[in-house]
Amino acid sequence: MKQILLILALLLAPLAAAAQEETVVAGLSQNEVSITANFNGSEILIFGAVERYTPVPEGNPLEVIITIEGPDRPVTVRRMDRRYGIWMNTEAVEVDAAPTFYAVATTNPFREVISDTEDLRHRISIPRAIRAVGTETEHQRDFTDAVIRIRTNEDLYQVLEGAVTLRNETLFNTSFRMPANLVEGDYTARIFLTRGREVVSSYETAITVRKVGLERMIYTLAHERPLVYGLLSLAIAIAAGWLASAVFRYIRMGG
Amino acid sequence: MQIYLPIAEVSVNAFLLLGLGGLVGILSGMFGVGGGFLLTPLLFFIGIPPAVAVATEANQIVASSFSGVLAHFKRKTVDLRMGVVLLIGGLVGAALGVQVFNALRAIGQVDLLVRLCYVVFLGIIGALMFVESLRAIRRSKATAGAPPPRRHHRGWIHALPFKMRFRTSGLYLSVIPPLLVGLFVGILAAIMGVGGGFIMVPAMIYILGMPTKVVVGTSLFQIIFVTAFSTLLHATTNYTVDMILAVLLLIGGVVGAQVGARIGVKLKAEQLRILLAIMVLGVCGKLALDLLLQPSELFTLGAASGH
Repeated sequence: MKQILLILALLLAPLAAAAQEETVVAGLSQNEVSITANFNGSEILIFGAVERYTPVPEGNPLEVIITIEGPDRPVTVRRMDRRYGIWMNTEAVEVDAAPTFYAVATTNPFREVISDTEDLRHRISIPRAIRAVGTETEHQRDFTDAVIRIRTNEDLYQVLEGAVTLRNETLFNTSFRMPANLVEGDYTARIFLTRGREVVSSYETAITVRKVGLERMIYTLAHERPLVYGLLSLAIAIAAGWLASAVFRYIRMGG
Repeated sequence: MQIYLPIAEVSVNAFLLLGLGGLVGILSGMFGVGGGFLLTPLLFFIGIPPAVAVATEANQIVASSFSGVLAHFKRKTVDLRMGVVLLIGGLVGAALGVQVFNALRAIGQVDLLVRLCYVVFLGIIGALMFVESLRAIRRSKATAGAPPPRRHHRGWIHALPFKMRFRTSGLYLSVIPPLLVGLFVGILAAIMGVGGGFIMVPAMIYILGMPTKVVVGTSLFQIIFVTAFSTLLHATTNYTVDMILAVLLLIGGVVGAQVGARIGVKLKAEQLRILLAIMVLGVCGKLALDLLLQPSELFTLGAASGH
């Protein structure tokens, strides 16, 4: 399957505009992630090829960076301190926009494939992807670091150095594992080609993450007709409880 | 089998939820308590957001108390008039409780409040039950069959105005104490995600002086309406009631309660009470330790208040 997709990507390659010496053409195994009742995360395969009409340039080797970014949301980060002998939230800092999901995969260790200035310009590494307006003091950094640490533990932020396979400086592929606790919205997949730690070409495409079926219905009803939803959940819960005890009584009498 | 909860937005094992519901159901069947005070903290431990756990638990309590109250109506052990007075206090309390809950959620102190409430109330109730059942066991060994000393009712409750006759309970007393009891339980129900039976039952016996046989039915009657009301409040203001979570917990709970009720028949009342007391103190101790020991992660993330 992977091979077929790669061949397909190669066949489509000449269609892309050749503005630069080397451009990237890519495809995704899926452009849509559906959150269903038994959703347990999703795997996305990203593959592509480097299109060029000249021989492979000499010198610095080609590197590939691939990112997937979820919708940005503001986050309140709270810190606990000991007060009156118990641990409680004392300080809060608002981070203006942090992606709800962010994964970055590279061909080699991050520092070897891109420079700081290029990282800053394209917002590729995780700390760059988080926007915290205001003074970048040491204090503020503690809080942004906490966002990265907590989300990394939940697999929402992933750094996958060396996870992109590049063959003959032409074909590349990687796969991302997206966890079950995804936020709905429009996700972006970006691919960067770099040489000598400078970006030479980039490509961007969208992935849609949506709840579907029963999940969609319940979520929409709960937010758009909350009173109806509340009454319905009471009715369903009462009916279910009554039914369960009736079934149990029936089994006991039968047995 | 993993199942994605649409409101909590987490994926959990369906059998884990059924099992938790069942386990708490067995305990509630054995001891005749609602079990909300155990299930809500357990939901925190498996990663359900506290706001969703509290709101959904209220929904689940309505359903699990429903068949109980029907049985009590059949046996005529519900004091409707007292129930309605307690209910009026309870509805006001629940409305206040949800307001407090939302205000504290905005400033990030809701977890602390919920945990503190649990530690304080479980600690008090657990310790009282433990001491009393120990004393009961010792007494039954020492003087078999001697009746416990009868409590004398304090004068101040009878001095209050707005008296009313409660025929089923055989009481003539002011409506102020039951209103206050209802109010207090309503606030706790909304904040802690419990029915509040473990507070209301002792209050009805010791403060209001109601006969034991009508206490359980009447408290269930009040609990159903108060928790239904707080479910609706949570659903319309926070959108935190998870229908799928509630149904799964409930199915486990109903089956567990039937099993538990049969285990309970085989044990002696004092033994049951001392077991329950130990369990209540255990949950209390675990929550207290979480507050006192330094957590491994000092930072927490929350949705921004503007959202």
